[in-house]
Amino acid sequence: MSYLATASLWMIPLIVVFILVYGTAKKVPTYETFVEGGKEGISMAFSIIPYLIGMLVAISMFRASGALEYVVGFLRPAMEAIGVPAEIVPLAFIRPISGTAALGMTSDLMATYGPDSFIGRLASTVQGSTDTTFYVLTVYFGAVGIKKMGDALKVGLLADLVGIVAAIVMVTLFFGGSAS
Amino acid sequence: MEEVNKAMFVGAQEAVTLSLGLISVLVFWLGLMKVAEEAGLLKKCARLFEPLIVKLFPEIPKGHPAIGYILSNMIANLFGLGNAATPLGIKAMEQMKQLSGHSPMASRSMITFLALNTSSITLIPTTVIAIRLNYDAQSPTDIVVPTILATACSTVGAVLIDRYFANRRQKRGGVRT
Repeated sequence: MSYLATASLWMIPLIVVFILVYGTAKKVPTYETFVEGGKEGISMAFSIIPYLIGMLVAISMFRASGALEYVVGFLRPAMEAIGVPAEIVPLAFIRPISGTAALGMTSDLMATYGPDSFIGRLASTVQGSTDTTFYVLTVYFGAVGIKKMGDALKVGLLADLVGIVAAIVMVTLFFGGSAS
Repeated sequence: MEEVNKAMFVGAQEAVTLSLGLISVLVFWLGLMKVAEEAGLLKKCARLFEPLIVKLFPEIPKGHPAIGYILSNMIANLFGLGNAATPLGIKAMEQMKQLSGHSPMASRSMITFLALNTSSITLIPTTVIAIRLNYDAQSPTDIVVPTILATACSTVGAVLIDRYFANRRQKRGGVRT
């Protein structure tokens, strides 16, 4: 796997150089084009701000008020029934909502149970195989000014659930039973 | 309640910090992608994988610039280049918005695209490996293969779930296709 890690380290510089060399070969005025294209990025970042503020304020209130814990407590039996270990349940909920909080929780679980325990490995896999759905949706839709998300949130959250279940199955297959 | 009050403004602050933090990567990658686009590089890549993308996104006509951006976003995600993936993904969204006639509602292709993005297809979960290293795991990378398999499941799941919802919308005769 260290090959992959090295490859990903070289990846970005190589891509950058390749694009610039290729552009020059095709007689594209690279610097002017770069500046022109980059300008868009500034307005894009600003247009995301209101969407992100709306989403993050709502999420922070939801967490600080204890509503999150309430929902977790409420859904815990159902989650445990489909085989999610009790220790992972809060992580499963926080993962789509807040990337930093999930990362903190994953570190916490590893500190408590050890990185080579079933819980530690499961937390790693859950963390790695899912994404912060709320953030992704807000940034992408916000940048292009879409206010009606349609089914996107439902699809994203259901896919996260599939990911978590898949993580449990895989970790059990690879590292043996859930002797937590 | 005091905590809730504080949390509101911490959340708002965090949103601004995050957005401003995006400026650097957005400007850099959008500038570079513009060069790639002008040089015809994006089109070439797009043509290579067009059949796959067209299958996933039936609404996008062949040869449309959206295909190039969707593709480069997926590749960036695959290699864990998150900061490159976001600007490319936003570009793809922009193109899809043009296709849907600048409607403020999410189009079918947009929902499919985000379903793929939230299920995050990654080859190397770098952050997780770093944490495991920190906690002295015997083999920090032993979770890579299960992670890839779990991601594959959630990506396939995302595509299927998305299909299901898209079909349901169509059956209802909704305009939101």
